[in-house]
Amino acid sequence: MADGRAYQLALQLVEQAARIMGAPRLVPISFAHVDACFYTGQSHVDFVRFLLDHGAKLSVPTWTNNSVASPDDGGLRPERSDPEMVRGSHELMELYAQLGCKPTWTCAPYQLAGGPKFGDHIAVGESNAVAFYNSAVGARTNKYGDYLDVACAITGLAPFAGLHTNEGRMADIHFSCASIPENWKRQDIFFHLLGHVAGREAGRRIPVISSLPKETTTDQLKALCAASAASGGVELLHVVGVTPEAPTLHTVFKSGETLGVTTEHLKAAHHEFSAFNDGPLDAVALGTPHFSLSEFAELVKLLDGRKVKSTTYISTSRGIREMLIAKGWLKSLQDAGVIIPVDVCTYYSPKIQGLKGRVMTNAAKWAYYAPGMLGVEVCFGSLKECVESAVQGEVWRDPNLWSNP
Amino acid sequence: MTILHAGIAQGPVLLLDEPLSFWGAFDPRSGLIIDIHHPQKGQSLKGKILMMLESRGSGSAPGGLAEAIRLGTAPAGIILVQPDINLAIGAAVAEMLYGKACPVLAVTGPEFQDLSKSAYLHISHDGRVGPSLDDA
Repeated sequence: MADGRAYQLALQLVEQAARIMGAPRLVPISFAHVDACFYTGQSHVDFVRFLLDHGAKLSVPTWTNNSVASPDDGGLRPERSDPEMVRGSHELMELYAQLGCKPTWTCAPYQLAGGPKFGDHIAVGESNAVAFYNSAVGARTNKYGDYLDVACAITGLAPFAGLHTNEGRMADIHFSCASIPENWKRQDIFFHLLGHVAGREAGRRIPVISSLPKETTTDQLKALCAASAASGGVELLHVVGVTPEAPTLHTVFKSGETLGVTTEHLKAAHHEFSAFNDGPLDAVALGTPHFSLSEFAELVKLLDGRKVKSTTYISTSRGIREMLIAKGWLKSLQDAGVIIPVDVCTYYSPKIQGLKGRVMTNAAKWAYYAPGMLGVEVCFGSLKECVESAVQGEVWRDPNLWSNP
Repeated sequence: MTILHAGIAQGPVLLLDEPLSFWGAFDPRSGLIIDIHHPQKGQSLKGKILMMLESRGSGSAPGGLAEAIRLGTAPAGIILVQPDINLAIGAAVAEMLYGKACPVLAVTGPEFQDLSKSAYLHISHDGRVGPSLDDA
């Protein structure tokens, strides 16, 4: 029943946030990506039920983040593993679809067509999506936590503060990669490790990174954003000559600390992420954040028709899965023994079936969270090392890769 | 002092040595700190006036606090130095859904130092805090 109480609550929450942030006004937004659909307890269900019961309507196109468990994840998180969590997650997905969200169920919504553009004000909750939209797209959002994200989507408004403002988007710490050999900067593993190093040093500050190749890809920016958001809480970073707001260093950086990133920093991060470096593997986990179509293309090439020996999970979105089907890759990957869960990620509990023991990943974000959340031992490697190791059933190190002695 | 979310509360003080995230580091089902890296792992927040300089950021923190308030495992009230939107929003939503208050306040560094010496604190609806009802 439409009684306006849902809108009233949403506006109250946005205004409460604006007051705490010291925002002089609210700004209209054009898009939202909500995280409150990620089940953390019954209160999440009660919140969206209240909204539905009291006439809530979304004001802007609203996409959904990952779910904890999905009816479409192929029973990887069976109900017996945590009945409340699994049932609650499924229920929450239905309710957010009823509210009118586009059911994307992905932490990498920026891989799908139709999202926000440069300069758009938006409201996003998931940490890597916040960092990517701000940094690589040049859309403007603060990191909006659960409930506030939905409140912004319902009102179509956000507090005009922080990363919505021009002043709030200036960098205050500069990382120079001038001393890093150029061939290192072509490899995906470099961006994961650089993100980890920069995030830990920057904390909540806004980094600008210089001396990276102009050809830096979207997948590499994804790695950089996800890793720095995990290790430090970075919500925006600039890459000189690559990201849209930083044609030059001086455009975004007037004053602050400058740090030189060294090969030693990167090797230390690699060492820190690897609890073991050789021997048998129980599993390989890729796709944090969700694997893109171009990453799948690279994977198909590396796999070259071979089968995997270790249990191999590659998380992605249902949107990207559609593209895999169209290309005929889904079947060939499944025939090779690769499991491709959609709508969810693998690093949090309840544990995914078979994901235990000694696990290899190419994702800094996965390496950062999984040991604490799943109690697994992690071995960190490049995509090529992960694929080759999955095929052999034990850790394979690339003799030509800089990260190996 | 800034009221982030208003309410009345009282309880024994639990002063945290390090910031806590209400998602991943805290279990709303038990009310316990579960982060293996937190120096006060295993402590219960239930019914306490929780004092920490700041919260650790997680987008899921509002849900963690709201869920604890629903289950009755939450702190009675929270006193911070760094204003935190997540905890304010979590407390506001839980109060609307369940009618249970968990005030969240931000105070200055010196006020925080002073209040943390108390074993027991009262919080009044207008944001006054003190060891006895008269102060609050």
